[in-house]
Amino acid sequence: MSDITQGQLPPGGIRESDAYRARLSRRHAADRRLRIYGIGAIVVALGLLVILFVSLILSGASAFVQTHIRLDLEISAEHVSPDDPFKGNFRAIVREAMLERFPEVSSRADQRALFELVSSGAQYMARDRVVSDPDLIGQRISMVFPAADPIDQLNKGAIDRNTPEGQRRVSDKQIAWYDTLQAEGRVSTPFNWALFFSADSRFPELAGLAGAITGSAYALLVCFVLSFPIGIAAAIYLEEFAPKNRWTDLVEVNINNLAAVPSIVFGLLGLAVFLNFFGLPRSAPLVGGMVLALMTLPTIIIAARAALKSVPPSIREAALGVGASRHQAMMHHVLPLAMPGILTGTIIGMAQALGETAPLLLIGMNAFITAPPGGIFDPSTALPTQIFIWADSPERGFVSRTSAGILVLLGFLVFMNAIAVYLRKRFTQRW
Amino acid sequence: MQTVTLAENAQRAEGRSGAVRIPAAAAAKIVARDVNVYYGDAHALKGVDLDIGKNKVTALIGPSGCGKSTFLRCLNRMNDVIDSCRVVGSIVMDGKDIYDSSLDVVQLRAHVGMVFQKPNPFPKSIYDNIAYGPRIHGIGSGKTELDEIVQTSLEKAGLWNEVKDRLSEPGTGLSGGQQQRLCIARAIAVNPEVILMDEPCSALDPIATAKIEELIDELRENYTIVIVTHSMQQAARVSQQTAFFHLGVLVETGDTDEVFTTPRDERTQGYITGRFG
Repeated sequence: MSDITQGQLPPGGIRESDAYRARLSRRHAADRRLRIYGIGAIVVALGLLVILFVSLILSGASAFVQTHIRLDLEISAEHVSPDDPFKGNFRAIVREAMLERFPEVSSRADQRALFELVSSGAQYMARDRVVSDPDLIGQRISMVFPAADPIDQLNKGAIDRNTPEGQRRVSDKQIAWYDTLQAEGRVSTPFNWALFFSADSRFPELAGLAGAITGSAYALLVCFVLSFPIGIAAAIYLEEFAPKNRWTDLVEVNINNLAAVPSIVFGLLGLAVFLNFFGLPRSAPLVGGMVLALMTLPTIIIAARAALKSVPPSIREAALGVGASRHQAMMHHVLPLAMPGILTGTIIGMAQALGETAPLLLIGMNAFITAPPGGIFDPSTALPTQIFIWADSPERGFVSRTSAGILVLLGFLVFMNAIAVYLRKRFTQRW
Repeated sequence: MQTVTLAENAQRAEGRSGAVRIPAAAAAKIVARDVNVYYGDAHALKGVDLDIGKNKVTALIGPSGCGKSTFLRCLNRMNDVIDSCRVVGSIVMDGKDIYDSSLDVVQLRAHVGMVFQKPNPFPKSIYDNIAYGPRIHGIGSGKTELDEIVQTSLEKAGLWNEVKDRLSEPGTGLSGGQQQRLCIARAIAVNPEVILMDEPCSALDPIATAKIEELIDELRENYTIVIVTHSMQQAARVSQQTAFFHLGVLVETGDTDEVFTTPRDERTQGYITGRFG
């Protein structure tokens, strides 16, 4: 700059000077560098995301199918009394069906190994079917049962037949029996509906996410019912009616701070206040939802305030100008215009709450519960805590189910965020 | 709120310097006496005495930041929404102090409508823009009555012929000038006595401005109009009474012809001849 002002201009004018050109090319280089940094950051982020998804899908995909074995059951009146089919000895029926197919198995140890091919849940499935249709007693029926986890893994190729017998979970005899069943066409691998429609179980082949999905849904419902109205009311008060003084400043700072409090602290609060002080039921979606609501509130309040602030003041003035009260101006004009923004913020808060694990661990939503909750007071798990439980389980089947559970959770999160994006696109107002 | 009777006020005003001439109070719709407005510590309006004539157009002129908009917003208590704003003095409309604590500000705003600088229709249909005011005030109970109010309001605002076929379309889809006339129609719909206009033409092109000015002249028959404007020509064209504000002080007021031809104060003369402001 100085050399120009000192009048040392080359004949061509300012734009011809070397300093000018050097400066210009430096500026362009800086622009290029900035763009390259940006692209680099995005490439790294996308790459990590791809790695995450590929590894999840690779390890989780096998959980979406389940090996099943077809057996022919003799529902004899000897084992099941028509008066009370529920009390029937279905274990014996399933075992007889296995022995009937492999009559040569005689020693007790071999028989036990044989029975281990089919999931121990088979007898209950047979029972449920006969109870729902007592006419089956005395008949011969064909039923498809989930295979036990080791056989499932064998079928999916996760167990290597070439490893020494002592180092794998299926014996040579079991492999032979499985191969026989396979050759007879009794083995099938259909889609694993149990993953979505049954609750947790000790046996991976029977375990599903139904309890966790219902529990998460109940908890989110409670969370929404609590945090949405309270959050909006707080935002409206702070934005429209609160006097600007030290007290409201304090409230504001604290709301912003609450948004940054680690979620486990909210879990401790829930444990101390909701469970120990108020004596609410342990592991219940009610308490889970309340704790998640505490966590979500700051997010909703901040989003709602931003949305209210973005409504142009001219709309408020117009309403006041025709004689609307402040309440009417708010309810008839400002709030409806702010709603898309508020909803977007709420859904993002809800998505965050759906994935939250730590506070739920503290209030006992990581319990082992084998039935979906019937209401908000029943003990239950939630999706992230179910994943946590499964991740802790040693069985091979739970490893793939953990990944499958994460995929299901991510599916819900993507779905919720898609709704948020849709709402923002659909309802954005032009002024 | 300082409560002072009208008589005392008039006396006090009389006693002060003769710079402010007060027209006969009989024809005045609004009588403002010793109005002071503070924004926090800032003294925005200093001892303003002004009578606003009934069924006249009163123009408030003056350079930016002189307090004319602040004064206008005192007349329908729009300043109430601003936390730090404090109004002292008395503003009496039809014999009633509008800052009296027993007065319902919502009722006041139904009597004193307002049109803003930037057209600000609600993001609703044209019909709902007009019908909103009557609805919340309980004017026009049935659908037919509301339809009638909407039609007459739009007719008075000279907009009916342009929009009668698309009443259900959003008001924000109209042109700037049409939007401003829609806002005027919206103000008329609640049947006010006074209409305040805060630079209603500053966001409009000359043709739309001409239409609004014509409209203001027609509305004068039924309404008392107070208009803030930056355009001297506009003030001269549309108003019967002019008040010149400078630095929070009402410098001069009188008939528009007089103020523009023979201003008494040299500040007024300086402003209207374009020497400052």
